[in-house]
Amino acid sequence: MLHQLFTFKGGVKPPTNKTQSVTLPIAAAPLPSRLIVPLHQSIGGTPRPVVQAGDKVRKGQLIGEADGWISAAVHAPTSGTVRAVAMQPQPHPSGLDALSVVIEPDGRDEWIDRQPFDYANATPDDTRRYLQQSGVVGLGGAVFPTHGKLTASRSVAMDELIINGAECEPYITCDDLLMRERAADIVRGIGIFRDLLQPKRVLIGIEDNKPEAAAAIRAAVAELGENFEVVSVPTRYPAGGAKQLIRVLTGKEVPAAKRSTDLGVQCFNVATAYTAWRAIAYGEPVVSRIVTVTGNVHAPRNYEALIGTPMNELLALAQPHPDTDGTVMGGPMMGFLVPTPDVPVVKATNCLIAHADRLFPPKAPEMPCIRCGACADACPHELQPFELYWHARAKNFGKTQQYHIFDCIECGCCSFVCPSRIPLVQYFRFAKSEIWAREREKNAADEAKTRFEFKQFREEREKAEKAEKLAKAAAAQAAKKAAEAAAAAAADSSPAAPVEAAVDPTQAAKKAAIEAAMARAKAQREAAQPKNTDTLNPQQAEELAAIEARRQAAGLTDAAAGAAAVDTTREAKTEE
Amino acid sequence: MDILLAIAIMALGAVVLGAALGYASIKFKVEGDPLVDKIDAILPQTQCGQCGFPGCKPYAEAIAKGEVDINLCPPGGMEGVQRLADLLGREVKPLDAEEKPKQIAIIDENTCIGCTLCIQACPVDAIVGAAKQMHTIIAGQCTGCELCLPPCPVECIRMEAIGENIDNWKWKYPVVEIKAADAARPAIKEAA
Repeated sequence: MLHQLFTFKGGVKPPTNKTQSVTLPIAAAPLPSRLIVPLHQSIGGTPRPVVQAGDKVRKGQLIGEADGWISAAVHAPTSGTVRAVAMQPQPHPSGLDALSVVIEPDGRDEWIDRQPFDYANATPDDTRRYLQQSGVVGLGGAVFPTHGKLTASRSVAMDELIINGAECEPYITCDDLLMRERAADIVRGIGIFRDLLQPKRVLIGIEDNKPEAAAAIRAAVAELGENFEVVSVPTRYPAGGAKQLIRVLTGKEVPAAKRSTDLGVQCFNVATAYTAWRAIAYGEPVVSRIVTVTGNVHAPRNYEALIGTPMNELLALAQPHPDTDGTVMGGPMMGFLVPTPDVPVVKATNCLIAHADRLFPPKAPEMPCIRCGACADACPHELQPFELYWHARAKNFGKTQQYHIFDCIECGCCSFVCPSRIPLVQYFRFAKSEIWAREREKNAADEAKTRFEFKQFREEREKAEKAEKLAKAAAAQAAKKAAEAAAAAAADSSPAAPVEAAVDPTQAAKKAAIEAAMARAKAQREAAQPKNTDTLNPQQAEELAAIEARRQAAGLTDAAAGAAAVDTTREAKTEE
Repeated sequence: MDILLAIAIMALGAVVLGAALGYASIKFKVEGDPLVDKIDAILPQTQCGQCGFPGCKPYAEAIAKGEVDINLCPPGGMEGVQRLADLLGREVKPLDAEEKPKQIAIIDENTCIGCTLCIQACPVDAIVGAAKQMHTIIAGQCTGCELCLPPCPVECIRMEAIGENIDNWKWKYPVVEIKAADAARPAIKEAA
């Protein structure tokens, strides 16, 4: 069937260097000496560790529990003993550490009790949750949790499901070999995605430099009786970018700040479909992946490596040449040199390239931009990298956002064609992370402000409430006093008073007790009269009398007596 | 006669326009001082009082009135001073205090006696606890203002700098390294 193809603008054609690693079939990498499994291997929340040092684990056992919906579980890649749950160096350009589970294999590679998922009788939500618990994430490199992408948009009909087998980046052949050797499982996995998303059609895009892979997938599709279309797309970097592949296959352009789901398109990598099928049909969570080991090595090859395998142990299998001086994770366009050789293979590791100056000569120094516009011609997103470069260099981040820096996919085409060898992508990454950091700070400041304002509001409210309470109590007191006075007046004039007293003898007893206590207090107070008032000269006596008179006028003496009475009753109680 | 007519016309115009302006000044009255809000947006909202004002808003108000310098906010750092200077057209001045790295408070839970004094001192309600119950800091909400340190009777609160981790790590500004011709191989190279 002839499929009408579209093109995306820009792109480059670097030497592919893929033939070296496709001569041999996929080999299973032997068990490494230890496994370092980082907990945070996907976009989203960091999984919580559920094992501790000393625990025995079996292959496929849960070691990190998904934290939130956009997060995926992490499993033990082999059986053995947990040596530590600690900070370990990560395959990350920062070279910083992150929480990882270190497992010492026991050599038996013993699986947990694997149960196939009862897919036929499960609801779509159950299937999504199962995929999350199996740690299925996008293996194309972005490691977005797959279950999060398996919900169709409510407002837009799902038109196309696109399966990405383009694998456009030089050197990398892991998807190619996977499609050649395990096409049937991939197609079955695509079937699951199809069932969950219900698209109108399914397109599998494979670059035309992989005819064997395309033939294998075609055969598998025919054998399984599916109606998926296998489409060969022209080889051009970055045809494997999700937005580029969508454009080539459907002609739809995903606008800035929109997701492809909003256009009724969803895109998955072939390896993701494969792991999803393994999880569903065999009950195997994602504990290994295919990794291309190539570059400056004797025997480039694809290995099925356990997640957590130290990169140097995997690289050693391909016998690196002695002048190897580093390991690149990912391809030469978007990959990065890992900080230390023993960082682990993670779910995002599709390729390891032994680095040597012979293969990747050091870049000549950066020269000034000559405004040739080559970068704008090469940009597959039709951005203007030179403008972005000016503003990022000047740290004018607002302007970079006006020029849509967040549409940049960091594919490296602009740096690749730049005649002045300007590391454009590095400038863009710098600007992006600065903008993100500022946004974080701004959000934190806004939150602090609202919390501060609320605290002030709360304190004011509490103060007002307290004042109101006091006022109420005072009013009640006054009312009571007034009522008592009225009652006393009534008692004086009417004969009802003795009856009342007779009716309530307990109250009378209480009253008597209080009166007695007050008398005691008075006596005590008199006993404790200040001694310095004995020898007063007339002037002092006069002053004292005046003060006493003022106190009397203000009604303070009575209050003092009352307080003293209360004190003494309390004392009496404690004595009891 | 003509002159009187001209005066009358001008006077009428003045009355009409004056009424329009008066109406507009009531109808479109701007609540609060927009400049204060702009300044307040630049300040880091730690509410720490290190500037000598009880919170960021009062400091913003004082700056807007032109009563104080713009370099009194240590948590805002030199970048904050720079942005205030840009906003207000004032001169950039060096910060009036030492610039500290971002930090958060941490309560030593073994020594905490549950007195609630720090809870009352925290301007952003970032401490949870109750009387005679252990207190703890909500790390995500703590602004690092240090206001909880002085009231603690057992000195169980310490400040800890927030280190760099993978989540807050930033790509560095690309720097061209200049080396002697026969220098050793550069440590970091481009992959491509």
